[in-house]
Amino acid sequence: MSHSSTLEALAAAGIPAPVKPLLTVEGLTRVYGKRIGCADVSFELWPGEVLAIVGESGSGKTTLLNCISSRLTPTCGTVHYRMRDGAISEIYKMTEAERRHLMRTDWGFVHQNPIDGLRMTVSAGANVGERLMAVGNRHYGNIRGAAIEWLARVEIDEDRVDDQPRTFSGGMRQRLQIARNLVTEPRLVFMDEPTGGLDVSVQARLLDLLRGLVSDLGLAVVVVTHDLAVARLLSDRMIVMKEGRVIEAGLTDRVLDDPRAPYTQLLVSSILQV
Amino acid sequence: MNAPDTQTQNLASYNFAYLDEQTKRMIRRAILKGIAIPGYQVPFASREMPMPYGWGTGGVQVTAAIIGRDDVLKVIDQGADDTTNAVSIRAFFAKTAGVATTTSTPDASIIQTRHRIPETPLHAGQVLVYQVPIPEPLRFLEPRETETRKMHALEEYGLMHVKLYEDIARNGRIATTYAYPVKVEGRYVMDPSPTPKFDNPKMHQSEALQLFGAGREKRIYAIPPHTDVVSLDFEDHPFEIQHFDQPCALCGGEQVYLDEVVLDDHGGRMFVCSDTHHCESRRADGHRGALLGDEPGQDKEAMA
Amino acid sequence: MYVAVKGGEAAIANAHRLLAARRRGDAQVPGLTLEQIAGQLSLAVDRVMGEGSLYDPELAALAIKQARGDLIEAVFLLRAYRTTLPRFGHSEPIDTGEMIVERRISAIYKDLPGGQLLGPTFDYTHRLLDPALAGDAPLEAPETGVDTGEKVTRVSDILGDEGLIEDDPVTDSKRPVADITRTPMEFPMQRDARLQTLARGDEGFLLALAYSTQRGYARSHPFAGEIRIGEVDVEVMIPELGFAVVIGRVKLTECQMVNQFQGSAKTPPQFTRGYGLVFGQAERKAMAMSLCDRALRAAELGEDITAPAQDEEFVLSHCDNVQSTGFVEHLKLPHYVDFQAELDLVRRMRAEHFASAAKADDETDVAKEAAE
Repeated sequence: MSHSSTLEALAAAGIPAPVKPLLTVEGLTRVYGKRIGCADVSFELWPGEVLAIVGESGSGKTTLLNCISSRLTPTCGTVHYRMRDGAISEIYKMTEAERRHLMRTDWGFVHQNPIDGLRMTVSAGANVGERLMAVGNRHYGNIRGAAIEWLARVEIDEDRVDDQPRTFSGGMRQRLQIARNLVTEPRLVFMDEPTGGLDVSVQARLLDLLRGLVSDLGLAVVVVTHDLAVARLLSDRMIVMKEGRVIEAGLTDRVLDDPRAPYTQLLVSSILQV
Repeated sequence: MNAPDTQTQNLASYNFAYLDEQTKRMIRRAILKGIAIPGYQVPFASREMPMPYGWGTGGVQVTAAIIGRDDVLKVIDQGADDTTNAVSIRAFFAKTAGVATTTSTPDASIIQTRHRIPETPLHAGQVLVYQVPIPEPLRFLEPRETETRKMHALEEYGLMHVKLYEDIARNGRIATTYAYPVKVEGRYVMDPSPTPKFDNPKMHQSEALQLFGAGREKRIYAIPPHTDVVSLDFEDHPFEIQHFDQPCALCGGEQVYLDEVVLDDHGGRMFVCSDTHHCESRRADGHRGALLGDEPGQDKEAMA
Repeated sequence: MYVAVKGGEAAIANAHRLLAARRRGDAQVPGLTLEQIAGQLSLAVDRVMGEGSLYDPELAALAIKQARGDLIEAVFLLRAYRTTLPRFGHSEPIDTGEMIVERRISAIYKDLPGGQLLGPTFDYTHRLLDPALAGDAPLEAPETGVDTGEKVTRVSDILGDEGLIEDDPVTDSKRPVADITRTPMEFPMQRDARLQTLARGDEGFLLALAYSTQRGYARSHPFAGEIRIGEVDVEVMIPELGFAVVIGRVKLTECQMVNQFQGSAKTPPQFTRGYGLVFGQAERKAMAMSLCDRALRAAELGEDITAPAQDEEFVLSHCDNVQSTGFVEHLKLPHYVDFQAELDLVRRMRAEHFASAAKADDETDVAKEAAE
């Protein structure tokens, strides 16, 4: 990985190593009977870095995302996360209570279909405020104020704060889901095809918003996508998966401009030029 | 207890308070667990009782498990001793346990109640047994039992506050008027049964033992004496009980929960104490309300 | 002047006396005997025993009489009585293969060892009301045949010999059998607890769910492999003797459904099963139960759960008619204290609504005046 070699170079030059990785995945494997979900995946993720996991359907990218975000127990391999206090925790050695707490505070998960990540029958304000209430906020005015602030940041008008997401368009629901995840200022956000199913212009707007938020908040992101354009726009590094294995990895610009593996070359050349 | 000879008129003779001793032991174990973990819902193997599920079988099983020959039992429904179901349950225990019964709150050792807590503060040594239809405070927010059990275990109560937030957003206030959720000893969120929120403060630091039985849903929970019971709210929308603009029309009682009685077809209404014993004892002490009649035998329909 | 009068106790006593009078009806008409009910309304008795979870035709007949023919009320009476009975233990598993068969049909074979035995069935009767039954004319005795002693082979064994049907999904035989009357329901439910719950479940509810599966709400392509009705010995292991002793016989209805076959790369295709077993002659219930059993095995068989009949928590929490009638009918109990609380809130909110509407009107009026 380019980062490790950079570290070595820095160490050799006597320059102190920068911050430790936020997320370390080693040898992650998930099988279903004889079928491989993902096999022997390893990478590091650094604070403020966006990593894209790219592949076609069946490549194992969603399996990988679920394994590293504690939603699916891997068959073998480890996932280590550096907590806010600097301690490194192994995700699957934690108790369920600790994992659930992590999911509600320091992590976020943006689902492809916003319905899966929202409460459709409560208001937008309640959706955004829920995490705050879950960690003990008990001032209605403050919770509502924070919700309105976050709605503004994702470009949802204040007067929609009491409306239910049922009345929102697809793009708005997705932005609401993002606000709901970011309200506790997580350091790591997982995204599963965040722009999937949206109209092209809506996608563009959402990607712009995400880029802005990621850079403003210094978020680390792991984003799964089959769309190379999304990877290009959002991510610093990417890994390409095929049939459960990583077949190429590196800086996004390098991988897309100079793909080395034949499969990556195929993917890149298959993009329709409009 | 023998199987009956169906040729005779008598069904089997019943054990004291109807339930067999094994069942009582099982229920008492559940009660002890409940007392050890205030507000936590203990599953128990509820038995079929001679009254329908939903009509107090949980409360009856709890009472049957703890009642002894020297106990004095009071049964109320909607605060009144004389409502049909209270009459029926009192008669059940009179028949199967032969215990003394009373309508006087201070004289009772066990009070089984549906939907009200007596106005007279309870003292040490008394047990209040609540009948509970739906024990799970999160049930209407999350229908799956597997999920609500986890939420209680992990103290994940954000959803409860979401509901209260929603009330305020929609109605300007918390719109729950009965079965108002409480936090017990700072840990478990509990449904106090469909008592009006007016009664919630009475659960806090009570001298009496409070037991809750849900027969159909098969759960028992408990609040030991001198336990903190705090109604959920927001700092800027604090919990408030109902206020009545007027005193009881029969006894003049204030700061008590009142029932509305429709008097005629022209909108005539009066408000009287829901707690019938409280009202009677005040009247016996000489207090009189504005509409108190003089004829005790007049033929007006009672609450029953 | 309003005077509170105590009437509850007297009202209840009078209501019960009236009920007793209505139950008896016209004193000139002979009262029903338990023999009449047990003998001539035996299918009602069977239903009450099944849902009451207590095999005693005489008590069930008494319950039906006491309930004035309301079968769910009768089931309730039987269940409440069951609660008081001492538990001696449980029997050995019943062998329905040894059943003294009164009726046995299979829809999947034209003929088979033991034959197709129609028995006392409504099937193929013409549903024409028969006024002759208003009287009590003597009947022609039914024909009797000679017992050939031919073994009534189980259809599931016939299929099983060829490996065509999955083995009975028996879980760990060392695990004690569940008892839903002793432990509270927990989901996910194992098959033994599920079948117990279905066996005492409301016939109407299960029938509707079974029907829904046939209409496409999680279709399982069912065939009636076998339905058999007859008496079976009940054996109890006596520890002092060291062997099992037959303590009596019960009449049972058993239904084995043969459902959609399943296979995979590793295992060749086999038919799957649905099972129903009830007291007495209760074919409709046994068949409905077997279809529901099969639907509720969806998760176990790796099928998508798309339909109400497959929703375990939904089906099993709501199929007990004693529980459901209790809770539905509990709405008749006084709820005026809670209703008072709601009245108070609604009145307050309405007052606020009208006040702010009036205020808004005033403000527009003032604005109009100012503008003029």
